[in-house]
Amino acid sequence: EKMFTLKPGRLPQADVKNIIFFVRPKLELMDIITDNVLREDRGRSPQRDFHILFVPRRSLLCEQWLKEQGVLGSFIHREQYSLDLIPFDGDLLSMESESAFKECYLESDQTSLYHAAKGLMTLQALYGTIPQIFGKGECARHVANMMIRMKREFPGSQNSIFPVFDTLLLLDRNVDLLTPLATQLTYEGLIDEIYGIQNTYVKLPPEKFAPKKQGEGGKDLPTEPKKLQLNSAEELYAEIRDKNFNAVGSVLSKKAKIISAAFEERHHAKTVGEIKQFVSQLPHMQAARSSLANHTSIAELIKDITSEYSLNSLTNLNITRCETTWWTSFSLAKIASEDFFDNLTVEQEFMSGIDTDKVNNYIEDCIAQKHPLIKILRLVCLQSVCNSGLKQKVLDHYKREILQTYGYEHILTLNNLEKAGLLKPQTSGRNNYPTIRKTLRLWMDDVNEQNPNDISYVYSGYAPLSVRLAQLLARPGWRSIEEVLKMLPGPHFEERQQLPTGLQKKRQHGENRVTLVFFLGGVTYAEIAALRFLSQMEDGGTEYVIATTKLINGTSWIKSLMEKLEPAPF
Amino acid sequence: GGHRGLPSRPPRSRGSISNLIRTVVPSPCTTLHLLLLKESKRAVNSLRDIVDDDDDDDLERVSWSGEPVGSISWSIKETASSSTSSLEGRDSGLQKGSSSYAALPKQVSSYSLSSLFKGELCLSLSALSDTGVKNYAPELRRPKAEYKDYSSDWSPKDTVRRMQRGKVCSLERFRSLQDKLVLLDEAVAGHDGNVITAVLIFLKRTLRREILFRELEVRQVALCHLIHFLKEAGEQKLLLDLLRFLDRTEEVALSQYREHLNIQDVEKRREFLKGCIGLPFSAEDTSHIQDHYTLLERQIIIEANDRHLETAGQSEVFRKYPRKASILNMPLVTTLFYSCFYHYTEAEGTFSSPTNLKKTFKIPDKQYVLTALAARAKLRAWDDVDALFTTKNWLGYTKKKAPIGFHRVVEILQRNNAPVQVLQEYVRLVEDVETRLNLATKYKCHDVVIETYKDLKDRIQLTAYKCKVERGSAEEEKINSILNNMQIRWKN
Repeated sequence: EKMFTLKPGRLPQADVKNIIFFVRPKLELMDIITDNVLREDRGRSPQRDFHILFVPRRSLLCEQWLKEQGVLGSFIHREQYSLDLIPFDGDLLSMESESAFKECYLESDQTSLYHAAKGLMTLQALYGTIPQIFGKGECARHVANMMIRMKREFPGSQNSIFPVFDTLLLLDRNVDLLTPLATQLTYEGLIDEIYGIQNTYVKLPPEKFAPKKQGEGGKDLPTEPKKLQLNSAEELYAEIRDKNFNAVGSVLSKKAKIISAAFEERHHAKTVGEIKQFVSQLPHMQAARSSLANHTSIAELIKDITSEYSLNSLTNLNITRCETTWWTSFSLAKIASEDFFDNLTVEQEFMSGIDTDKVNNYIEDCIAQKHPLIKILRLVCLQSVCNSGLKQKVLDHYKREILQTYGYEHILTLNNLEKAGLLKPQTSGRNNYPTIRKTLRLWMDDVNEQNPNDISYVYSGYAPLSVRLAQLLARPGWRSIEEVLKMLPGPHFEERQQLPTGLQKKRQHGENRVTLVFFLGGVTYAEIAALRFLSQMEDGGTEYVIATTKLINGTSWIKSLMEKLEPAPF
Repeated sequence: GGHRGLPSRPPRSRGSISNLIRTVVPSPCTTLHLLLLKESKRAVNSLRDIVDDDDDDDLERVSWSGEPVGSISWSIKETASSSTSSLEGRDSGLQKGSSSYAALPKQVSSYSLSSLFKGELCLSLSALSDTGVKNYAPELRRPKAEYKDYSSDWSPKDTVRRMQRGKVCSLERFRSLQDKLVLLDEAVAGHDGNVITAVLIFLKRTLRREILFRELEVRQVALCHLIHFLKEAGEQKLLLDLLRFLDRTEEVALSQYREHLNIQDVEKRREFLKGCIGLPFSAEDTSHIQDHYTLLERQIIIEANDRHLETAGQSEVFRKYPRKASILNMPLVTTLFYSCFYHYTEAEGTFSSPTNLKKTFKIPDKQYVLTALAARAKLRAWDDVDALFTTKNWLGYTKKKAPIGFHRVVEILQRNNAPVQVLQEYVRLVEDVETRLNLATKYKCHDVVIETYKDLKDRIQLTAYKCKVERGSAEEEKINSILNNMQIRWKN
């Protein structure tokens, strides 16, 4: 009857009979549940009964854990809710499994791939068998194999639904390690980079959202963060979410003019009929106005930060264990206002292939000033990826500086990054990145942020590799880039799933093909924006629907790879 | 989950038994009934793990208070099953068939008690007589269609497939090594990590270590899963044994090193780190681990010393700037900052002196100067700052030098609210003219601005700058005198 967020301690008082824990199968959550159950008042009446529902799958490990804690028996039902793919928007599905990348590439645990394949089977049961499957990468190969196997094992599952998707493209995140490391520059991407979008919700600092009433000189500023839901149901957001941030301002001001003009019309409404019509439009107009107000505030917030990236906003981004202690306030006061652009400049230099083979001054400075560790790691990894690995001397230098400044225990994190291929010594002695960059046109010098003509607008110059692969697959086909595909990790392949003759599509002229792109290991908002851009291109011929294991950005991604360190003892 | 096939089920805790009894007490019962109830309850409890949690399929549950189970859970189950049923079409039939079947505890209250006791007691008997898992399923509890689920003749393939669907499967009957390995290979082929882990736990329990390790060595996927499992479950010892067996020495070392994070006591942590030094890390990492140990060793000495100093109240710097946290377990650079802050003037011989730290850990000049500068500026010890950049050559001339570029020095000083007199000395030393002008203008180092324009022979800019300085001030006078100087050949 009521929903509560899981937290340790006593369960909230509620006069209910049944308590259902609805959880991901994760050990740390099991500890919280154990705590909840053990603290339950045994004497209370009526007794409450516990049940546990795992999403998406019951986990033996978790149940064993509960058993060891002596609470497994307290659960009357232990079930699973097979929720694999969660719809996030009209064209976006996510499994929201943040550890998928780590599990696949660090632990070689392919459970999340199994779930992905299951999810794809469900999708096919609902939207028809997808006749063509393309893929690139080790995990993609696995998922395709599992799908084929599952199909064989359930021969009865041959459904008679007319297929919605023409093509499935499975992409490993490790085929394109570069893209998530770069700072996203679309509106939605920047909101995510700065404030972190959690399940389509974002929490924002409240100051800019204070109701502006005359006479009240900012007396009761709200202190709670402002929580907003972001999705395409909101007309204005749908329009600006995928634009480059530099193009958002003009749209907002145009909208503002339209809305005030609409409100002005009440003065011209003369007849009763006109007034009635005006009133009938009021709710819509008011919604549009508040939507505009919200996004103007957000855009202002972002502008403040992108032009003055203060320490405060950075600590919001990533709290390392150091940030709360006394000495940081000594060594760090305020980061120069140019920092956001300095950071961006370095990223862009790396991506366009400038000076990737030596120690970068800016990174060194950031370490010296003890910027958040995740920021440093993002940059160093970006440099490594853009250089097909760092020279041993350069790598050692960065490692030493990081360990000395942030603590030796981070050696574990560095090792994880090496294992995942994000940070590595250049072994072959050859840098493949320039070839890949040129062939796939990953760096575009003349980028149009206002009226883009290429996907590179989402990173103001860099065209996400993953999306380029999707684009080239649609036209002219991957055969044209065989050489580059071989340089990227993992196999590339094509499979066909036979359709009964009745279901084969006879394409009308000018009808778009629909491709489902599944990012195994996570996708960024900027990549989604790029795919939506391709969908909307008039002569594109392909529409894209996106599925992923998790919506990520560089920060959340790197964080998922970091060794969990014990909290500092104070 | 497939754990239900595992026999090592510990006896249910007392707490939950009494818990369950209370659940049924509300019905008016005689003492005898209660006793019976208790007994049957116990029986039910001993069985429930096997029986009750297997019914993934019974949609229409009734709670034992007679009310339908909470609407949320019901609707969740609805959606859950509808999303799976499309895939696993054959299950939906079973779901309907199982409506007659409700779990035992519920029946106790919602059905007539006496009629049930018979069934339960005989159940309890069968459980007590330990006739094994496969015999307990009585006709009344299962529709016929489900009955065959308890047959023990599942092939490895079917077993795995059933486990993938979250059903009960006893693995015990896979007795021979051969059978077990076939089962494992089937699980791996199914790619479901949950099932693979389940089988691995079974193998881990029933196989000798050497055999398990040997067989896993040629089964890389299963191996990875076991390693992941051991890590998650914290079975450190077995994990290390396994890694050693595989000769993955560097992983052994890192995995062992990771352990230090769980040791809160610093002395013990130090001892532990000492033991890590000899581990087979890569050459580069070995030196880091060595440094980690040395650092903690130092910190322990410094901490003991300084705590004493602080409580004694003799040292001025500790009185004026009491420590807000201990230095234990802090990174090296932080420790250096600390040492520059509290122990700057100490001779190189002491463990807490900055120079000693610099030498021991081979801290690069740049890093050292940055940290020392930040610490001394924080204390507003401008003389120390000055000394930091002053070098004397052999003729005795002094010269200012900074390994980090003076614009950085200015930034750090400014951040620490250095007075203009101090600041402008360093602004003056910034080599790049444009940067110098920018900084000087930004931080109102008028003298530097004026002199730079003079050097540039830029009359226009100098004249324009007059409005930035105070009327009647020494700076204004200076500008005027320069502008009036006939000697200068202005470029404009």
